[in-house]
Amino acid sequence: MKILKIFLIAFLCLSFSELKADENSDELKSKILKNIRCLICQGQSVYDSESEFASSIKLIVDRKINEGLKEDQIYNFLRGKYGDWVIYNPQLNKNTYVLWLLPLLLFLFGGVIIYKKKISNKKNKI
Amino acid sequence: MKNKLNLFVVIIFLSFCFVIFYKGLNNPNTYSPKIKDKKNIPIFEAKDFNSSSYLNSEKIFEEDIFYIVNIWASWCVPCRTEHPLLMKLSKNHSVKLVGLNYKDSLNNAKNFINEFGNPYSQIIIDNDGTLSIEFGAYGVPETFIIDKNKMIIRKFIGPINQEILEQIKLIIK
Repeated sequence: MKILKIFLIAFLCLSFSELKADENSDELKSKILKNIRCLICQGQSVYDSESEFASSIKLIVDRKINEGLKEDQIYNFLRGKYGDWVIYNPQLNKNTYVLWLLPLLLFLFGGVIIYKKKISNKKNKI
Repeated sequence: MKNKLNLFVVIIFLSFCFVIFYKGLNNPNTYSPKIKDKKNIPIFEAKDFNSSSYLNSEKIFEEDIFYIVNIWASWCVPCRTEHPLLMKLSKNHSVKLVGLNYKDSLNNAKNFINEFGNPYSQIIIDNDGTLSIEFGAYGVPETFIIDKNKMIIRKFIGPINQEILEQIKLIIK
């Protein structure tokens, strides 16, 4: 009876761990699909789109996850086929320097203006 | 004076916005990045259209010539308009056409070929569209030129027209 109980517990643990793995791969799949642009209906991610292109990408991503590819490897695969445009979150490279650095530069520029104004206000008060 | 300057700046800014948006109205609302680099053909295995046996990419592109991969389907209306041009192209002996039948029913595809003619030296089946993704395709029809080094050197999205046909002829010359 004891052995049967142990077997039952072990079986349940194993089935739950498998469920957990499935859950993780589903989460990863959704995360990746939400970050891929549908190139047919460009206002939508592949996750939201029902186009033929999106349904094929969903199958490819599923296949790549099952093959054991990591998130970045799947993005790199799609970048290789369609360029950076297909991913919503663009990487920092020579084409995206302006995109990434301009907000930072504007922020610094604004900060300098505010700082200078404050200094001149202080001087005027004195 | 200052008010006039402000008004001038506002007018210049609004005119600039107007020009940008007016130009944008004439642009297509879908963006497709151009291929800059040559890309290797994908390594794959696909079902043969006629025999239902499996063929690998090495076998399909084994000859030392140019290949044209054309993605088509019987349900695709633009594929019908480009088909006569593909038939013309198939008469050129310096190139072989490989058809990739995309998400289609085998019977409909066979009827299509019987009705309009077969320009392809080989047809492979892509039932779920994943093979087209391996080629970097968006949908149907789409055409890829593969050079003698087995590299994809050009891609044409949409149906082939006379102008594209001339471009293809120049490349494979």
